Amino acid sequence: MKKLNPARLEALRSEIVSSRDPKRPCITICGGTGCHAYGCLKIADAFKQQLKQRGLHRKIDVRITGCHGFCERGPIVVIQPEGIFYQRIRMDNVADVIDKTVVNGEILPDLVYRDPETGKSVTKEADVPFYSLQKRVIFANNGYLDPTEIRDYIALGGYRAASKALLEMRPEAVIEEIKASGLRGRGGGGFPTGRKWEICRDVPGDAKYLICNADEGDPGAYMDRSLLEGNPHSVIEGLVIGAFAIGAREAYIYVRMEYPLAVKNVTVALDQTRELGLLGTNILDSGMDFDIHVFKGAGAFVSGEETSLMASIEGRRAFPRQRPPFPAESGLWGRPTNINNVETWANVPLIIDKGAGWYSRIGTRGSKGTKIFSLVGKINNTGLVEVPMGISLREIIFDIGGGIKDGKKFKAVQTGGPSGGCIPAEHLDSPIDFDTLNKAGSIMGSGGMIVMDEDNCMVDVARYFLKFTQEESCGKCVPCRVGTRQMVDILTRITQGEGKPGDIEELEELAETVRQGSLCGLGQTSPNPVLTTLRYFRKEYEDHILRQSCPAKACKDLIVYFIDEDKCIGCGLCSKNCPVGAVSGERKKAHVIDQAACIKCGACLDVCPPKVGAISRYTGRKRKSILKQAEAKRVSK
Amino acid sequence: MQKILNDFPPDQKELIHVLHRVQAEFGYIPAEAVDAIARHLKISQGEIYGVMTFYKAFSLKPRGEHVVTICMGTACHVRGAPRILDEFSRELGVAPGETSPDNRFTLETVNCVGACALGPIAIVDGDYHGQVKTNQIESLVRSIQSPGKEPADK
Repeated sequence: MKKLNPARLEALRSEIVSSRDPKRPCITICGGTGCHAYGCLKIADAFKQQLKQRGLHRKIDVRITGCHGFCERGPIVVIQPEGIFYQRIRMDNVADVIDKTVVNGEILPDLVYRDPETGKSVTKEADVPFYSLQKRVIFANNGYLDPTEIRDYIALGGYRAASKALLEMRPEAVIEEIKASGLRGRGGGGFPTGRKWEICRDVPGDAKYLICNADEGDPGAYMDRSLLEGNPHSVIEGLVIGAFAIGAREAYIYVRMEYPLAVKNVTVALDQTRELGLLGTNILDSGMDFDIHVFKGAGAFVSGEETSLMASIEGRRAFPRQRPPFPAESGLWGRPTNINNVETWANVPLIIDKGAGWYSRIGTRGSKGTKIFSLVGKINNTGLVEVPMGISLREIIFDIGGGIKDGKKFKAVQTGGPSGGCIPAEHLDSPIDFDTLNKAGSIMGSGGMIVMDEDNCMVDVARYFLKFTQEESCGKCVPCRVGTRQMVDILTRITQGEGKPGDIEELEELAETVRQGSLCGLGQTSPNPVLTTLRYFRKEYEDHILRQSCPAKACKDLIVYFIDEDKCIGCGLCSKNCPVGAVSGERKKAHVIDQAACIKCGACLDVCPPKVGAISRYTGRKRKSILKQAEAKRVSK
Repeated sequence: MQKILNDFPPDQKELIHVLHRVQAEFGYIPAEAVDAIARHLKISQGEIYGVMTFYKAFSLKPRGEHVVTICMGTACHVRGAPRILDEFSRELGVAPGETSPDNRFTLETVNCVGACALGPIAIVDGDYHGQVKTNQIESLVRSIQSPGKEPADK
């Protein structure tokens, strides 16, 4: 392949576009990790095979694309060019989709999306409320391109921004454009990207590095993975532009090892980019040399912290270090280094291509552009949503997310991962941007949004996050290593019904010490889940401590499962499903749970038919009286 | 082992790459490998043990024939992952993070696999099982114990 220059890039683009018939049918299958887990590859194979059997494989394309984001409804299949949206496709649907829809244009009513509220069928992807209410800029192309095919990216305008920057702009002008756009770092910190680049550019030295932080460690957040897997070239192009602006010769993409598909797709994309001369020496005939390496992480949450990440690339333990010096002055191997997150890099080509003016019209005064959130937990429409900054939590959770699962009541939404906090219902209407979330005691973070309902115990959630940071604490500094452990111990006692008066105050004191005394962000922000739950749900802590009661009925040690004799019809499902044989009773007669043997796995409650509803969980005083009665019965026997 | 090392220049920055390769090749990092890596990269064995034990990717002991991984991400947690982990641990007779004495099973947890729509998730030998309920676990475990039989509800 001849190396590209700007003219050849444009020639290649028109060649690809004109060789493709826009009316030619294409069955696109979402290839994100969610759909992979649902078995989309088998479905894609079935489509290919059955098209071949029918002799249609030369007339109809099959394309495995990047993530469509609506993971709840996977595996997702979209028939182009009409954009017919089919969801929850099974192997036995494949033949019908080909014969009826692709060949005859017939819509299959069982496979289209049905609005759960109105019951109306929605045929086109763009009309599904989950998508129509989003503003998909970064994710716009995910569903149209095969991430392992650079030609798809080029056909959609790929590398036009890089070509513009490298050949028509000066590095300072690129930085000015990014500054004017108002882009702020998407990894959580929210530092102005253009300013960061400028600082690194101004540091003398000719060996500079770029890093793309793809160590997306926050549990429940997966938008960066989706970008890398689904549209890796958008990130690579961002890096090329950044390298030109800052004057870097080499870059690393540090990918979490839990994301094997992202590692694979990025590696393939880099090979193709090099082959076309978009990486390597004399890129696009501009005289710039630049290359990118992929670094597979090894499983440590702290390596998402920038100084730890650099230690990891250097082949050492991922220990954070004191800043300053900041990476811009002394980073990887002591050289000036600029580090941005995946989503930040993916924003860059858009800004250069469409201009800072276009970009800065999206969002709020202090937070420009869109942000991708991973909307997960007790939500009807689990998935990745891209929205303009400034939209309210309510719009995301209820309008796009479709509200809470099983008609339950919204309790809180956790943002920002282990460094963030839980936001209660009273803040649902506040607009989302970097500053308002901080005011609510949480952070934007990288974009995880975990929705919780009335069945989630806030003390348990705080304990979960503290346990997480405690296990992931690298152990370098004492406040984090010892402080988080002390906090976990107290929280564990509270969830076990062994809390004592004074525990809350001690938690608050420890939180302050850990916050002030820790070296890196992991430690400094680790008390946030405790502090926000204490701020908004203090009564739940008090119930646990003073009344041995878990209002959400989630803490195992504070609940009992109990069968209502009057409601039980003696179907025996519970006793059959109890893994420890703790449920007994004759057929068609009320069953009883042996409280001493019960391990509280909840299997009985899961299988008790909803219309019978004989099994309930109890906590607090009611729990104590049930246990007392059970004990009395046991003694009298 | 030497064949693996030949692919890497003798530089500390290669350490994590080398360890990944050895782990993939042997399923763990044998003590002899540490010795060979130390000599090849010209760093101390202590440095290597430090790195190996710091990161979750590397194991000092061989893992079981079958690996069951339970996602403990937040989305899975709020949907009941702890109950799922308890039940797997009980059915397999293996504590989380441990391998059974006969080396047949390893039970592990992971912080998040990013397939949150499917939570709670159990990954059995690389196969994802989504929206797992406690009462499905027994049949899942049986299907691993006697291969060939697919679990009833996948």
